Amino acid sequence: MFSLYTRRRMINILSLGVSVLAMAFGLFWLGWILFTLLQYGIPGLSLAVFTQTTPPPGSDGGLINAIAGSLMMAALGTLIGTPIGILAGTYLAEFGQRGWLAPVTRFINDVLLSAPSIVIGLFVYEIYVIRVQHFSGWAGAIALSILVIPIVIRTTENMLRLVPNNLREAAAALGAPQWRIISSITLRAARAGILTGVLLAVARISGETAPLLFTSLNNQFWSSDMNQPMANLPVVIFQFAMSPYTDWQQLAWAGALLITLSVLTLNIVARVLFRQQATTH
Amino acid sequence: MNAEKTITSKLVIKDLNFYYGNDQALKDINLTIPEKMVTAFIGPSGCGKSTLLRTFNRMYELYPKQKATGEILLDGQNLLDKRQDLNTLRAKIGMVFQKPTPFPMSIHDNITFGVKLYENLNQHDMNERVEWALKKAALWNEVKDKLKQSGTGLSGGQQQRLCIARAIAVKPEVLLLDEPTSALDPISTAHIERLVDELKKEFTIVIVTHNMQQAARISDYTAYMYLGELIEFGDTSAVFTNPKRKETEDYITGRFG
Amino acid sequence: MPTFLHYARNKLQSWPDILFRVITRIAAFSVLLLLAAIIVSLVIGSLPAIKAFGFGFLSSSEWDPVTEQFGALVPIVGTLVTASIALLIAVPVSFGIALFLTELSPRWLRRPLGIAVELLAGIPSIIYGMWGLFVFAPLFGDYIEPWINDHIGAMPMIGPFFSGPPMGIGVLTAGIILAIMVIPFIASVMRDVFEVVPALLKESAYGLGATTWEVMWNVVLPYTKIGVVGGIMLGLGRALGETMAVTFVIGNAHSLSESLLMPGNSISSALANEFNEAVGELYTSALIELGLILFFITFVVLTLARFMLYRLAQREGKVT
Repeated sequence: MFSLYTRRRMINILSLGVSVLAMAFGLFWLGWILFTLLQYGIPGLSLAVFTQTTPPPGSDGGLINAIAGSLMMAALGTLIGTPIGILAGTYLAEFGQRGWLAPVTRFINDVLLSAPSIVIGLFVYEIYVIRVQHFSGWAGAIALSILVIPIVIRTTENMLRLVPNNLREAAAALGAPQWRIISSITLRAARAGILTGVLLAVARISGETAPLLFTSLNNQFWSSDMNQPMANLPVVIFQFAMSPYTDWQQLAWAGALLITLSVLTLNIVARVLFRQQATTH
Repeated sequence: MNAEKTITSKLVIKDLNFYYGNDQALKDINLTIPEKMVTAFIGPSGCGKSTLLRTFNRMYELYPKQKATGEILLDGQNLLDKRQDLNTLRAKIGMVFQKPTPFPMSIHDNITFGVKLYENLNQHDMNERVEWALKKAALWNEVKDKLKQSGTGLSGGQQQRLCIARAIAVKPEVLLLDEPTSALDPISTAHIERLVDELKKEFTIVIVTHNMQQAARISDYTAYMYLGELIEFGDTSAVFTNPKRKETEDYITGRFG
Repeated sequence: MPTFLHYARNKLQSWPDILFRVITRIAAFSVLLLLAAIIVSLVIGSLPAIKAFGFGFLSSSEWDPVTEQFGALVPIVGTLVTASIALLIAVPVSFGIALFLTELSPRWLRRPLGIAVELLAGIPSIIYGMWGLFVFAPLFGDYIEPWINDHIGAMPMIGPFFSGPPMGIGVLTAGIILAIMVIPFIASVMRDVFEVVPALLKESAYGLGATTWEVMWNVVLPYTKIGVVGGIMLGLGRALGETMAVTFVIGNAHSLSESLLMPGNSISSALANEFNEAVGELYTSALIELGLILFFITFVVLTLARFMLYRLAQREGKVT
């Protein structure tokens, strides 16, 4: 018969053992996925990937139009979404203590944050693509900006809340009007965190496929016309990977590797930036 | 309140009452702050000394459910009048806080921030003002070569002196110091106390401190507060050596607080 | 929470102040407008299908573009089942990882591992989908599924759920891939929440002689349950709405079967696979109605989560 103490010790060791296994389990998949990416992606990488456009099956080609398209739409999406996000986040943090608008906005923002991105794609399809009767880069950028907004709002509000009230009081004590306090002092104090939020939003939209499926779709050729369907990495990968052609699949892996590398780099840069600013202030 | 030189009153507080929601934090305060002198507010935690200080520049209006009734006259003008432009008022009354609060910008910009709000100086005059303020705050020699560096990179004592420089750069009439040295080490504290002694030649200073010895060292007049009421006000040496009220004596001799 | 600064509606407020406030207000309002617009446009797009099928849409498992008979049952079930499988696997594993990161791991390992977990959370879902299709599914179908079929498939009650041709792709596979995708997300939320537990609280438990496990289970978890539940709910939201990780491996079959080993469909994978090929107003509208249903499901889950968290906070006295 085990004493109470021994039983407790055994439960402890068992649970801790399971925890170690869980950690190993998690790392195992990470390692395997990354390894696979490198294994299949690297052979697919070549200069052609960066110089040639997407080919029809059976011929050589690259991904340059997809890369360019992704960059353009991500940049535009961020440019549209970030100002709205920062302004709304500022409202929530600085003016949001009375009235109904702030709590409701926060709740709705949470909903949008976790909303399925494919539904966002459907939405933009309904309000824009149907009206103009064709897919386009603009539609894709709009869909991406809708994904950016909630992320930036959340980060901006959190970062502004972190700014100590002392700083606002000190500016107020000098006779600064409210808009000066917020723009010159509070937003400035939070700028590192807000920038990090924007970078993370960019990382998030770089890898999103679903919202682009019904908005920008894809373009086999090089096009910088935002009013036309626009090539982009995620949809290209989707189409090529699901196809039966091996050379297409090869390109898909190369594209997957590229996306993962950029997303990881963005995450790391955001992290480093944040840590740096956190220590100097 | 008799002294050798003539005392003019800078701030006259009449029947001041203050409320946090339904709780009354200040009860019927009547007080006169003399010009170009250092007046100290002392008392145990929660007595209302910081609350009183913060009514002078209506800092409480930044928070909901805080309100004040009564009059505070600055050179005859009632500060609490709703028609008073709040921001220009605050420019006339400077404040330094317990924790140093450098703005996230260069030392130079920290100082010019307040000045730019109300004065239109060209670059030369602005630089002069910066130098003047930093010299008055006894910080110039330490930072003159690094004015472009961030204010947050300075040590605690330096940051606090920066905040003082920032407050005086706008040439206020009254300077409010809310426990300015409680977050600082003894050496920085001594620096700042010397500074206060210098500054009173030009500015009217009101300082809140929980450190009685500090009040005794640097102030000319002392107000003792307890539970939101003004218990005693008078010449510092009189209050400390010969207090008129028993409550004051109990606090001074350390029987509580 | 810090006290808010209350900017008095001073009549003497200058126009820059008013302008600034108005602009930020408009930005906040636009978020509301966005949600309203999304809901309205989805409803409008679904009207033809709603008129044609009514509530029967939710219970019908038919899906025939030719006769234009559509039913949402298969995708809805697929969405719910894959998400459930994912959470069933992910929540305990994430807890284990968070426990490891906060209590067990040697200090020097903590940062790198934590970063690894967060980076995993950032990998785009299409990568998981591709890896699932090309690497995991074949192996799963060749080695694991036969085993499941033979051993669990033969058991009395749960057997039918686990028997079927070992193709590798299917509902179970999709659920597993989804779990792997969601684990880093939930684990990092849990880890963040565990890390802010005051050391003093844990030390007082250890000081009484509690084991690590007992401290975690009896002190840390109850203390952090609000954040933990919130993290799980967020993970659930992600799992329900996830498209690419599921589309590659779920099989895109509009048939309902009890076995998890069979292919199926989720709402998002149906949309991804079929929307651009859909011909005819009714077909498109049926798909949009699927999107509306998915949005509704996520909305309900999130609202429930918020409500639960609010009640929890209330009981703890954190909210009056």
